[in-house]
Amino acid sequence: MERSMLDLWVGIFVCAGIGALLILALKVGNVSGLAGGDTYRLYARFDNIGGLKPRAPVKSAGVVVGRVDEISFDNDRFVAKVGMNIGKAYKFPRDTTASVLTSGLLGEQYIGLDGGGDTAVLAEGDTLKLTQSAVVLEKLIGQFLYSKAAEGGNGKK
Amino acid sequence: MAERSVLSVRRIGRVTNDSVLRLGFAVRFIALTLAHSGSSFVRFGLVIRELYFTGVLSLIIILVSGLFVGMVLGFQGFHTLQTYGSESALGVLVALSLVRELGPVVSGLLFASRAGSAMTAEIGLMKATEQLSAMEMMAVDPISRVVAPRFWAGLISMPLLAAMFSAMGVFGGYLVGVVLIGVDEGSFWSQMQSAVDFREDILNGVVKSVVFGFAVTWIALFEGYDAPPTAEGVSGATTRTVVTSSLAILGLDFVLTSFMFRGV
Repeated sequence: MERSMLDLWVGIFVCAGIGALLILALKVGNVSGLAGGDTYRLYARFDNIGGLKPRAPVKSAGVVVGRVDEISFDNDRFVAKVGMNIGKAYKFPRDTTASVLTSGLLGEQYIGLDGGGDTAVLAEGDTLKLTQSAVVLEKLIGQFLYSKAAEGGNGKK
Repeated sequence: MAERSVLSVRRIGRVTNDSVLRLGFAVRFIALTLAHSGSSFVRFGLVIRELYFTGVLSLIIILVSGLFVGMVLGFQGFHTLQTYGSESALGVLVALSLVRELGPVVSGLLFASRAGSAMTAEIGLMKATEQLSAMEMMAVDPISRVVAPRFWAGLISMPLLAAMFSAMGVFGGYLVGVVLIGVDEGSFWSQMQSAVDFREDILNGVVKSVVFGFAVTWIALFEGYDAPPTAEGVSGATTRTVVTSSLAILGLDFVLTSFMFRGV
């Protein structure tokens, strides 16, 4: 085969391969801008984190503003301590509430941040004071059954 | 009785010695190949020629099997996910299984049987017909002239082929899931994009395919170079290439996966 044809085919091959990688990167995956170093660290303590995992998204008003980086157990207070990396572009007031939420009924768990009214903003290494634990389905069902049972008892009387 | 047991122990010893010796030869061979790679970058035409044979000619089989693997994943994934009422996660299932595992592994297996066997047969036959000795007579180093360009071509083309396999598979999953079955297109792509991470999933898949490319070309070239210079020897070497590199891919895949996706 002639050299120029060879070059052409190999060129097409390499371009197609790099194109496939680009498609994978842009269409299939997400090149998150948060992965780099332009983040700051916030901590929050939860009584119960449910099924939260590292790399779970941190959302505010539905927008992904950061990722959960580490989860550890605070042995002094017997609560879970969650460290999350928030993008530098996002500033939150000091009285922001963090809650562990679930997307959909069986979806993945994430941390929702609800901004408060304070003028001072959270900085690197701060800990969120106001937190709300994950909803544990079994407890919810238990409460529901209790209230139903109480209702039924009243009805009989 | 005692004589027979001594004989069998001796056989175990010989097998161990032979395999350690071969492993040593293989390591020296790859070290020599890497040391003599300089000339294949100076005369890059040689690498391009091999890229054509290992890469371009493998395109058809890689693209077609990627498409079909993706389509099958779409069908099977849909039927399983449907029982849990979460068909919208089909995109996640197809993309993650392709990018993390099936893309590198299946394209590695195809690469071993399509390109690796051809490499072994070619070099083995060159040795059998004394072309390699003729080169040495002309003061041309067969390692830098024959082996190194093939090695680099395999190392370059393998990740590209794996990426094309994955992309084609995702397209096949899309064809079956969205076009044929009717999963919602928006949730198919958006759930896929939110679940697949570039660094954790896609780059790890690329790393896997580079490792597989290294292993397959190393095994193929060594088997060819080491083949007994007979018709029988070359055919045995070709078989060994396919078997050994397939096993190497599957074993390495387990090791790499257990390092890459720990706890995630």
